Amino acid sequence: MHKVKYIGGSLIILLAFWQIVTWLGGWNEALFPSPLGTVRGLGELLASGVLAADIRASLSRFALGYISAVVLAMALGLVLGWYKKIWNYLNPVAQVLRPVSPVAWLPFIVLFFGIGEMPALVIIFIAAFFPVLLATVAAVQGMEPVYLKVAKNFGIGQPQILGKIVFPAVFPRIATGLHLALGTAWVFLVAGEMAGAQSGLGFLIIDARNNLRADWLMAAILTIGVLGLVLDGIVSYLEGQIYRRWGLTRRT
Amino acid sequence: MSYIKVEDVSRQFTKADGSVFQALDHVDLEIKQGEFICLLGPSGCGKSTLLNILAGFEGASAGTVTIDGQTVSKPSPKYVTIFQNYGLLPWRTVLKNVELGLEEQQLSADEREKIARHYLEIVGLQNFADSHPAELSGGMQQRVAIARALAVDPEIIFMDEPFAALDALTRMKLQDEVSAICREQKKTIIFVTHDIDEAVVLADRIVVMTPNPGQIKTILPVDLHGQRDRTSPDFWDIRERVFECFALKPEDKTEYYI
Repeated sequence: MHKVKYIGGSLIILLAFWQIVTWLGGWNEALFPSPLGTVRGLGELLASGVLAADIRASLSRFALGYISAVVLAMALGLVLGWYKKIWNYLNPVAQVLRPVSPVAWLPFIVLFFGIGEMPALVIIFIAAFFPVLLATVAAVQGMEPVYLKVAKNFGIGQPQILGKIVFPAVFPRIATGLHLALGTAWVFLVAGEMAGAQSGLGFLIIDARNNLRADWLMAAILTIGVLGLVLDGIVSYLEGQIYRRWGLTRRT
Repeated sequence: MSYIKVEDVSRQFTKADGSVFQALDHVDLEIKQGEFICLLGPSGCGKSTLLNILAGFEGASAGTVTIDGQTVSKPSPKYVTIFQNYGLLPWRTVLKNVELGLEEQQLSADEREKIARHYLEIVGLQNFADSHPAELSGGMQQRVAIARALAVDPEIIFMDEPFAALDALTRMKLQDEVSAICREQKKTIIFVTHDIDEAVVLADRIVVMTPNPGQIKTILPVDLHGQRDRTSPDFWDIRERVFECFALKPEDKTEYYI
């Protein structure tokens, strides 16, 4: 019940603040939209089906980029966490690459992959890849040793031990990385779609800007925010389930 | 010929500051098949180190350990270890945890399940087969670990302070159960503990160890004629002798006047 109160309250504060800024600024509607204008713009986008199509394009692009990054980063992280010596050589490289914003690579990405569909995918991939890789390596290296003792005791051999024991044992800690990566990757979705994609929420933003439709621009921004929140909620829920099953208390 | 033979085993650890810690110093021990042995001593006496070497998790710095004539070099499903923090896999159900060791054997899924259920019944957890470890109490989790160990039909069960994290009443109950189950299944048990009562209740022989360096001080046979009553005079008698070993018994300083 309190939650409804807080959410409602914060919405009212946001709308009031927005409206006041609109009045005080006195800008042309084409440059800065009022809340009402944005709602009208959102209505137009919904009615024409443009928004739904762009959401679909963004979500499928995001899913492809994120999932492929996560699968690859977890598999690689598992192996590299297990074979510490290889990781010792690769860790400095990863540490150097990690803080670089994925967008910085854009000229090279365009050079390698052209414009259109691929840059968005690659940028989402890079954004998700490093948090998951580092979380997985750290999780494997910090694994509770008793699981390994049990596995050795029952004669579980080298290749199976990774999938059967190590991966599930460290999964809750990887899940934290997955959550983090989801947020980061979503932030970079828009940037990725600005590089020549012909659909998606990032494209919608560029398109609205070029057409001086600030109301559409604001509607797209709000949509990105709300979708990000929903995705985060889903992952939080799944993470909670995993923590419960593994018998861990949730880190807050 | 003895079944387990520890000959002149030493183990040193180099600490972070470069100094050497002598965890075990020239330890000799012989154990017969089917014996219930308790390694008893304060922390740092090397009892867990000795267990880890026996179980093949660690190597000795010097000396040899043989089981059934074979030198121990790595862990084997023939000798299963039960840990203080249970070592259950939280993502698996109780049943699947018990099946873990069986999965490395040539068994069909049905056979695996049948064996696992059988041992769950022995530890009294047949109604919890589909629960996850996190849903069980500590005592129940340790019972699952016992069932998992028994399921692969090992010759020896090593126990590393398995009841140390349990409350006193649960601990006593589990001591009685483990004692009964293991004797019935005719397993050789090596049980590490720092609890004197626990050692007296469980052991056929108590190996009393002292720290700095880790050595065996003495070996006390426990002859309770199969009667493990914690309140019997025999029990108190043996308990007293263990207390003497650790010099925990105050000297009698009463002055007598005639």
